[in-house]
Amino acid sequence: MTTRQEKTNLILAVEGVNKTFDGFKAITNLNFYLDRGELRTVIGPNGAGKSTFFDLITGRTKPDTGKIEFGWDTDLTALNEYEINRLGIGRKFQTPSVYSEHSVWENLLLSLKGPRGVFSTLFHRTRSEQRDRIDELLKLIRLDAKRDWLAGQLAHGEKQWLEIGMLLAQEPQVLLVDEPAAGMTDDETHRTGELLLSLAGQHSIVVVEHDMAFVKQIARDGKVTVLHQGTVLCEGKFDEVQSDTKVREVYLGRGKHGTR
Amino acid sequence: MSAPTTRRLEFIAVAFIAVLLIVVFPLLNSYGIISNFTLNLWGKYLCYALLAISVDLLWGYTGLLSLGQALFFSLGGYMLGMHLMRMIGDLGQYKKPIPDFLIFLGWTELPTFWKPFSSFPFAAAMVLLLPGLVALVFGFLAFRSRIKGVYFSILTQALTYGGSLMFFRNDLLMGGNNGFTDYKFLLSADVRDASTQRALFIATALTLVLVYLSCSWLSRTKLGLIQRAIRDGENRVLFSGYAAAGFKLFIFVVAALIASVGGALYVPQVGIINPSEMTPDKSLEAVVWVAVGGRGTLVGPVIGAIVVNALKSWATRAYPDLWLFFLGGMFIVVVLLLPGGIVSIPGRLKTWWAHRTAASAETATPVAS
Repeated sequence: MTTRQEKTNLILAVEGVNKTFDGFKAITNLNFYLDRGELRTVIGPNGAGKSTFFDLITGRTKPDTGKIEFGWDTDLTALNEYEINRLGIGRKFQTPSVYSEHSVWENLLLSLKGPRGVFSTLFHRTRSEQRDRIDELLKLIRLDAKRDWLAGQLAHGEKQWLEIGMLLAQEPQVLLVDEPAAGMTDDETHRTGELLLSLAGQHSIVVVEHDMAFVKQIARDGKVTVLHQGTVLCEGKFDEVQSDTKVREVYLGRGKHGTR
Repeated sequence: MSAPTTRRLEFIAVAFIAVLLIVVFPLLNSYGIISNFTLNLWGKYLCYALLAISVDLLWGYTGLLSLGQALFFSLGGYMLGMHLMRMIGDLGQYKKPIPDFLIFLGWTELPTFWKPFSSFPFAAAMVLLLPGLVALVFGFLAFRSRIKGVYFSILTQALTYGGSLMFFRNDLLMGGNNGFTDYKFLLSADVRDASTQRALFIATALTLVLVYLSCSWLSRTKLGLIQRAIRDGENRVLFSGYAAAGFKLFIFVVAALIASVGGALYVPQVGIINPSEMTPDKSLEAVVWVAVGGRGTLVGPVIGAIVVNALKSWATRAYPDLWLFFLGGMFIVVVLLLPGGIVSIPGRLKTWWAHRTAASAETATPVAS
């Protein structure tokens, strides 16, 4: 049991969560705790339940049993996607999810923190400090020169960055990032890692990733969680996890046979 | 072209067409250069253009293919139709102060719900209120349950079909399958008079211009951006903190109101409203207009409604049996060969020309060297 004192430093607590889809146990007795400002990396073979894990936190699916709490008093299982987002939980999807027919600038404008109601958006006027904030984000995600491009025209890696920018525009407390390095060159992957590392501290971040070099880069001394068959197999520093025999068996070991 | 330049061009084009429709056409008509028949026909096309904008606001801009917009168009028509029926007074076949069909059904007194429709302001308010309310309730239930895609299309189609079945029944006291017709007066003017028809044409053209400009403004607001974002990536919208259902409901109600106003203007110009206007194929026709004109633009539906209906006016006289094949064929051709509709033709020609000149420049180079 965690004491109340320890809990105040928690931003996200997932306890005893189960989720079954048509008889398939996607998540089994999952426990997961995230501290404020932490950068956590989650790894696991395909089908380990990584995406379902994010779906559960962000309200896309509801757990059969178990608790999911934000801070130490907000029950996320009772809320839907947009309510959870408004609390300050942003999510980046595995395949970049941007508005392809909108310009890069408009993509960021729609993501900026602010009123989300029908009528407040109808009479919205973009203020100069909002323009400045978008400029700042454009520089950060290196899309300054392509601000007027349609998002659909961007390269895959650029879309990934745009989506990260859109996430940051929401000023979330928690960032859930699903395979940010997918489809990126080594250089882009490295820069993405640097960006995530620079964001840790002000934000609490969970990164799901396959690319081991990337995991090693961002995990540093932080915790790595290994998911397997919908539950936490092992948790610890990168080196500890890498040398864990169970992990080697279910995940890393499989790489030798080329079936990962 | 930069955004302000296109906007200025659009504004000039709209102003030009507005003057043409609101001033020039009626003037030419009053001098007998444009016949009453032609002006009336164009008045009908412009009402259809309103219906087409309503379809496109949902389909082209929000990604919601509604096959039920004819319901709202007809409801608006029926609301004004009730007032027109009251204005017949005792000039009907039976020379009684209540509509003929009620006498025929054995009524001697006006049913209570008919009474307030003697007032024009009340009927005009109902043109907005009833379809607005139907859209609000249906939309609320559908969007809350996250019904989308083909399921939304089927449900809206069922809604308008249900509406038509209801209005076909005599005991709804809305004229049954004959609907309302034989109108005499509107705002103490004789509706059959050329001058009244001209005034109705001007009112329709004015409404169309206002609706066009409002929708154009709407599409440039942040709400308009979210509307198209829902079309292209509803998940991202939800996971960015927007309650997509609320936005869809807002657009659905606005679209219903536009269709309804179009229907209210349509009825006194064609002189009849009956439940066949509510059947799903009427909604489907409107979808074809939008597809042919070019969905996701505001000019497209207007052009589509006019072009397809002008073709229909011609074809139903020249080849009455073949019209439906024409309509279906047009839809298939547009979907397969011209997904952007008529409005995309200039852009396509431009790219085709650019490719052609580039290609000929390429083939010319080896000869030169």
